[in-house]
Amino acid sequence: MNWEVVIGLEVHLQLATESKIFSGAATRFGAEPNTQACAVDLAMPGMLPVLNEQAVRYAVMFGLGIGAEIGLRSVFDRKNYFYPDLPKGYQISQFQEPIVGRGHFDIQLEDGSVRRIGITRAHLEEDAGKSLHEDFHNQTGIDLNRAGTPLLEIVSEPDLRSAEEAVAYLKTLHSLVTSLGISDGNMAEGSMRCDINLSLRPAGSETLGTRAEIKNVNSFRFVEKAIHHEIERQADILEAGGQVVQETRLYDAERDETRSMRSKEVANDYRYFPEPDLLPVVIEQSWVDSIRASLPELPAAKRERFIADYGLSAYDATVLAAERPLADFYEAVVKHCGDAKIAANWVQVELLGQLNRSDLTLNESPVDAQALAALLQRILDGSISGKIGKQVFEAMWAGEGDADSIIEARGLRQVSDSGALEAMVSEVIRANPEQVAQYLAADENRRKKLSGFFVGQIMKLSKGQANPQMVNDLLNQQLADAGGHGDT
Amino acid sequence: MHDLSVAELAHALRSREFTSTELTRHCLQRVRSLDPQYNSFITVDEAGALAAAARADARLAAGEQGALLGIPLAHKDIFCTMGLRTSCGSKMLDNFVPPYDATVTRLLRDAGTVLLGKTNMDEFAMGSSSETSFYGSTRNPWDTTRVPGGSSGGSAAAVAARLVPLATGTDTGGSIRQPAAFCGITGLKPTYGRVSRLGMVAYASSLDQGGPMARSAEDCALLLNAIAGLDPLDSTSSAHPVEDYTAQLSQPLTGLRIGLPREYFGDGLDTATGDRIHAALALLEQQGATLVDITLPHTELSIPTYYIIAPAEASTNLSRYDGVRYGYRCEAPRDLHDLYTRSRQEGFGDEVKRRILVGTFALSAGYYDAYYRKAQQVRRLIRQDFLDAFANVDIIAGPTTPGPAFGLGAKTSDPLAMYLEDAYTLAVNLAGLPAMSVPAGQADGLPVGLQLIGPHFDEARLLNVAHQLQQVSDWHRQSPGGTSA
Repeated sequence: MNWEVVIGLEVHLQLATESKIFSGAATRFGAEPNTQACAVDLAMPGMLPVLNEQAVRYAVMFGLGIGAEIGLRSVFDRKNYFYPDLPKGYQISQFQEPIVGRGHFDIQLEDGSVRRIGITRAHLEEDAGKSLHEDFHNQTGIDLNRAGTPLLEIVSEPDLRSAEEAVAYLKTLHSLVTSLGISDGNMAEGSMRCDINLSLRPAGSETLGTRAEIKNVNSFRFVEKAIHHEIERQADILEAGGQVVQETRLYDAERDETRSMRSKEVANDYRYFPEPDLLPVVIEQSWVDSIRASLPELPAAKRERFIADYGLSAYDATVLAAERPLADFYEAVVKHCGDAKIAANWVQVELLGQLNRSDLTLNESPVDAQALAALLQRILDGSISGKIGKQVFEAMWAGEGDADSIIEARGLRQVSDSGALEAMVSEVIRANPEQVAQYLAADENRRKKLSGFFVGQIMKLSKGQANPQMVNDLLNQQLADAGGHGDT
Repeated sequence: MHDLSVAELAHALRSREFTSTELTRHCLQRVRSLDPQYNSFITVDEAGALAAAARADARLAAGEQGALLGIPLAHKDIFCTMGLRTSCGSKMLDNFVPPYDATVTRLLRDAGTVLLGKTNMDEFAMGSSSETSFYGSTRNPWDTTRVPGGSSGGSAAAVAARLVPLATGTDTGGSIRQPAAFCGITGLKPTYGRVSRLGMVAYASSLDQGGPMARSAEDCALLLNAIAGLDPLDSTSSAHPVEDYTAQLSQPLTGLRIGLPREYFGDGLDTATGDRIHAALALLEQQGATLVDITLPHTELSIPTYYIIAPAEASTNLSRYDGVRYGYRCEAPRDLHDLYTRSRQEGFGDEVKRRILVGTFALSAGYYDAYYRKAQQVRRLIRQDFLDAFANVDIIAGPTTPGPAFGLGAKTSDPLAMYLEDAYTLAVNLAGLPAMSVPAGQADGLPVGLQLIGPHFDEARLLNVAHQLQQVSDWHRQSPGGTSA
């Protein structure tokens, strides 16, 4: 049968606040276990939560970024369950009155098509701690550093139809939240964690099939693999006449499979009720308006501006506008070198390529925007060729200095002295009488092809530094002269 | 020395009649000799008290003037005290020494009070008799075969027995007022949000409120002055301006309109108790107050409403006691589930377990709307009853309890009979109002408490009325027999 895939995603996004959502403890990643957990985070007797205003601001920024209704009154609830890394025995979350209501954003697929994906809601809640099963023989360690880190849980509509769409959704979301500056989006450190709700239905059917939820998938690649795997698993069940069980599954990246965690029948009754230690969050429309006025430019708008102002292709604009650090870097290069197109090429091909090969992030790049722009200026003013430029860039990457000093030290400046070039052209013509004869015997089309051979030899002789335009002119002239001699 | 009021003690300390150290030694001596018959203290901190007294004496010698500087006091063992065990009357926290102070504790420490120790209470403040304590029952100083009331029974008994001039209590459904009434002292439950709950072990968060217990309204006002106010670390504490609660004490009562709710003078009220209440009201009338018949029509719903909301909140507030990070942990747990179940089974007493079960049920899927949501709706009606009444009267008065202190063990096997003890006090917590219990004489040799209920944040008015009553009566000065030492 032909199955339609229906996917909804729940993303738990850690917000980039300095301190926790309900306490003053720091939220830095990677600290020694339990050094960033205060009495509130440890749920010591009598301790009370105090809401971090910055977390509310970030949630509102997200809501505005997806065109959502902002809940001017939202309510925190207690979600009750026992777990060692949940110190209070309940998680403070938002259940019936979330801070961000219905919204949407557009995703772009690789074939260039655009789909609008609905967001059901987004609500604030606190993260749990971590259970550490390694290093403790027959025991479990608890690290509460993460407990109380603010999370925004972003729930999509079941609008996604494939793994590709799911990944595009996550990438767009990542680009949005990092552009807003409300999360570092670092998936490896768990800043963005994804639960996948997936079901299948016969193509054309309107009713939803029974779904399974795959918990805590923490990279784009794993999301893609987990979805492919789950589609196959459910299709096998349905095609064998079976029924999908509504349950929570875990994606095991090592074995590339999903497996059952617990079925919903034995799931917790969370006994949600309004958190009596916190008042309802009431925010003023004027506050929302002031946040709206101070929002940074969002990726979608930036992309349009890059197309309009810099004449970039849709593809280049999408890549360069997606993440704010890269967009800022690109715009700085444009500003300092004055040419948007060469900047777009170099940032995408050379810079991103080197970063990838060296496994570095943009802010670890040994070449900053100004340095790259200085190099591009030397290409633009004809001091060096693009090809030499790559050599210079590699030297800059290796820390040998700025573009000008490398060009100087290695003597890479382009040779534009006609006397020197003329001598090189003559030498190549003298050394290759056979090719010259072939050239002279050939028709116009074939001549063009053959002239490439001479140019190559001359560039080799000049160690790539000959001005290509001048080489062409001089070569054509000398070959024409050679033909003239032959005739007489 | 132990019969002096707080204002008199403060004056004597300032004028060097005696030092805080001498006063503290005197109180500690009384605790040592008398408390074995009352069991009002769980922990006595002699060394800490003497050190605090020495610090207070140094401040006094330097000319400092604080109203509570050098005054001994006791905290209900529900307020966290840095470095001093805070048990909440439970085996669960028998080994718990907080590394922090409650806001109330800190404010009173800073004010230079001398903490003698921590008083006995119903386990996690769940009870009306102080009999559910892991540390055994507290006994009523007026009759040691009877209960002192609860849950702040230890504080009430200690003040009544003149072991300490001041104590803190907490009141979730009557836990300051009912023991104050049973022990013949003055107790004030402030408006919800008036006193910080930070560091006060939570029972039912939307109802809990700390407040003063003392022999007179004036002493209560002095203590309230030190602990009232906004606490940025308690989101439910109020920014409503704090006044000097002693400033209005001497205002005459001329023109005061006192509402008497019909529902508080009905069938359940013990006749002798009712007589004492009417006698006290007559005294207020003589001072110029007018008594007005009013109705609070939803009163009878306050018991079922309270016994849904309070256990519901308690059931999740007490989830943190899981044996993982602090508190009681069972021996040799086999696995996580065993650790949870046995730690909680062995660490909590019966009444706590009963309320956790009731609360868990009330919040369960499928029952939430019928119980918790409905209870919150009724709670709004109860609150509205009071707001309507306060449109016509300045304060409301009635008995604090249906009758005087009952015998130890008389109601322990009948939780419902125990819950009825709170019939007149629960509605005040549901409505978030301030209320007091003031001594109104004795019935059959046992103290009776007059309850005064005020509009939100009108503690000053309640203290004024109580103080005026105490100018023309000596009920608050009467002490139980057997307390001299």
